[in-house]
Amino acid sequence: MTISPALIKKFSTVVGSTNVLTEEADRQVYSYDAAVLAPVIPALVVSPETQEQLGRVVKLAYEADLPITARGAGTNLSGAVIPEPGDGLVILTNRLNRILEINAEDLYAVVEPGVVTARFAAEVARMGLFYPPDPGSQSVSTLGGNVALNAGGLRGLKYGVTKDYVMGMEILDYRGELIKSGSRTVKYVSGYNLPALMVASEGTLGIFSNIILKLVPPPKAQKAMMAIFSDVNKASETVAGIIAAHIVPCTLEFLDQKCIHYVEADAKIGLPVEAGAILLIEVDGGHAQMVEEDAQKVMEICKKCGSTDIRVARNEKEKNDIWAARRNALPALARARPTTVLEDATVPRSRVPEMVAAVNRIAEKFRLEVGIFGHAGDGNLHPTILCDRRNTEEFHRVEQAVDEIFDVALKLQGTLSGEHGIGKAKARWMEKETNRATIEFAKNLRRALDPKMLFNAGKKFV
Amino acid sequence: MSANTQAPTLPLPPRDITALAATLLELDDMLVSCMRCGFCQSVCPVYGASLREADVTRGKIALLENLARHIITDAESVNDKLNRCLLCGSCQANCPSGVRIMDIFLRARSIVRGYLGLSPIKKIIFRGLLVRPGLFDGFMSLSKTFQGLLIKDNHNAAGTCQAPLFSAITGNRHFPALAKKPFHATTHALKEKAGSGRPVAALFPGCVSDKIFPQLAQATLRILRKHQTGIFLPSGQNCCGIPALASGDRKTFVQLVRQNLAIFNSEPFDYLLTPCATCAATIKEIWPGFREDFSPEEQATLKAMSEKAIDITAFTVDVLKAELPESAQGGRRVTYHDACHLNKSLNVSSQPRQILKSLPGLEFVEMPEADRCCGSGGSFTLAYYDLSKKIGQRKRDNIVSVKPDLVAAACPACMMQIMDMLSRNGDNIQVKHVAELYADSLSGVDS
Repeated sequence: MTISPALIKKFSTVVGSTNVLTEEADRQVYSYDAAVLAPVIPALVVSPETQEQLGRVVKLAYEADLPITARGAGTNLSGAVIPEPGDGLVILTNRLNRILEINAEDLYAVVEPGVVTARFAAEVARMGLFYPPDPGSQSVSTLGGNVALNAGGLRGLKYGVTKDYVMGMEILDYRGELIKSGSRTVKYVSGYNLPALMVASEGTLGIFSNIILKLVPPPKAQKAMMAIFSDVNKASETVAGIIAAHIVPCTLEFLDQKCIHYVEADAKIGLPVEAGAILLIEVDGGHAQMVEEDAQKVMEICKKCGSTDIRVARNEKEKNDIWAARRNALPALARARPTTVLEDATVPRSRVPEMVAAVNRIAEKFRLEVGIFGHAGDGNLHPTILCDRRNTEEFHRVEQAVDEIFDVALKLQGTLSGEHGIGKAKARWMEKETNRATIEFAKNLRRALDPKMLFNAGKKFV
Repeated sequence: MSANTQAPTLPLPPRDITALAATLLELDDMLVSCMRCGFCQSVCPVYGASLREADVTRGKIALLENLARHIITDAESVNDKLNRCLLCGSCQANCPSGVRIMDIFLRARSIVRGYLGLSPIKKIIFRGLLVRPGLFDGFMSLSKTFQGLLIKDNHNAAGTCQAPLFSAITGNRHFPALAKKPFHATTHALKEKAGSGRPVAALFPGCVSDKIFPQLAQATLRILRKHQTGIFLPSGQNCCGIPALASGDRKTFVQLVRQNLAIFNSEPFDYLLTPCATCAATIKEIWPGFREDFSPEEQATLKAMSEKAIDITAFTVDVLKAELPESAQGGRRVTYHDACHLNKSLNVSSQPRQILKSLPGLEFVEMPEADRCCGSGGSFTLAYYDLSKKIGQRKRDNIVSVKPDLVAAACPACMMQIMDMLSRNGDNIQVKHVAELYADSLSGVDS
């Protein structure tokens, strides 16, 4: 560590010495996130509590040429908050956790970046409103992290993802100056659409100080069902059929044969292990009868496309049982082997069967166990590779398989990541998805907003 | 002690960091299953209070992996982080990858403690006092004699007192006084026959019931007698061992368990009954996890005992099948706190509620976050009182939010912590064990 005691003292003056972490054991726990990547130990960790402190910390760090990585809950799956090598500074946002305003008349909320997603959603629900984005990590993820990675979730098909709920924000630029963008109004044209630029920026353009989020009225009725198919193609035809019938379910989730097998082996919830695929479908809306009609139509489409069995939830308990299959997917896969590599290459939804077939071919080629679950309605699948990261030979095969999965996704006119982010994990692939000029364009943009390239330099575009 | 009863884990050569790393690597298969998802943040009471990654399980596991791989060599500070944990098991109960967290932490504490050596004061307490029940009781009895001179009664519903002269040690804690007479002094050994078709229960009151809440042990006896359960109460019982093990003193833990095995092996019984959630979870979950430290014969006894272990609320509902019709008449408001070691370790949560809902003169109200840890964690509250208070305050706020007249728990350690928190806030709310309330509702039984 080469950060001078004088600089540490300056940070201490801003946030208090107990909130400047210099001890080895304190720093080492900020060297990783949820991605299976090599950790990088930061040189210093600072934990501001107010927006004013945050601005001063950014200014001090930038002046001292420290590479800056902002960190919320550290739950992303792309290495987006693994610190930069050298004198990497981690700024913790989790003490900036105040919900500043929930406005039920104008349907927006203002939050600090460290507010935990589920806590916010619960608070909003208590006021009779709805914040739909529900990433898998919502019980711990922060809203700042959600915006920085454009987190998705199960409700993407009907309700959209985090980007669809960001109305505005205050950003700290490299000088620690407060930049205002967006507004509390539905319509807004007075500035650049900076909020849109900042969503999914992965900490590379500035640091969020607060965020204005859109709220919507909650649905009044829901209906959940599980449809069982002998093969993936039939499940996929069903997805296409539902969309073609102009029904937009709030969730349309998919589990492949291996995934069904792992879930049933682990959780024993009565899934048909001989099935080729399962769709978990939920329709919702503002009117119970309309929801009932949609559910009927969905069931007819499932039958027409060859579903062998359809289970409809008649009450809360049955709904809960149906969703248990999805809830248990990741835990069941994670328990099967020590290491779980969770991918998220995404394709147009009509290409899902081709993608599933390709992933299974790749799994066979590299002799790997892969379960696939995910958001069929969004074409956003999570091929999950089960392995042991300590086995270098096996892990090498995993890396090769991941490369091929990306290749296939791009060939199918898809994208490297639907919701997990690019971070460190996929940055070297960006040129393949785009082209050289796009990378240069992005870098020019970065240099304009971050002349010393200190904001999470090794992430996104490198 | 014969050779085959020696613990197979040899003490580490002190201060040999290579040996320390190598021993920790034995935990690697368990450590590697942590996928760093960070979901433990949502349930960890310590993280909830500090918002520091080193306080949450994911951080601690990362540090243990680093210590095992020489990425960090400062064992002292890793040990500090490891100890900032209540061992409440909330993380394990919610871990998507099923990491055996309690097993990891208990073993790691003992490995790192072996490297650092046991502090002199803990050496005296565990190896000098705890393993000698007679001496331990004598020491506690002496403490009790003098406590009258040193503590002042708070005269509140929680029934706490303070020791202003000793705030440096007690942290100005509001604690229940040591009982005038511990349970074992008034009730020596018991052997009572079971009614026809009724089971025999061996009673393991646990240290806190014995020394602080003897009325709880008496209440447990009243329940057993009312239901014509056979009673086997051997004298000379030892601590269940968890305080020693949690402090990394596996040797003392093994000695305590071994002595208990011998004492309880003298008579047949169907259930090993305790009113203490922590003792129940320790005997049922922790003892078998360390069976490798015992001889084959001891292992057989240990297995039998741990299978028979049950807490008083589950025993009342599931074994005694006590008639507990829901009481409709209302009355004083009672709320229930889930002890972690009951709810998360043993999955006992409906039984105590069923009992409380049946009691005449009481109206049951559920508090928010009833299953969130109270912040006691045994010796955690002694070492990290400020953190413990912060966690306890959240529990207190949740209790007070439902305006109860009394709060029930099924764990004496939780009761002490809740008494402290309520008393500090000047709340006039009584704290009772579910078994005491149930026993009070029974009539016509002498204790």
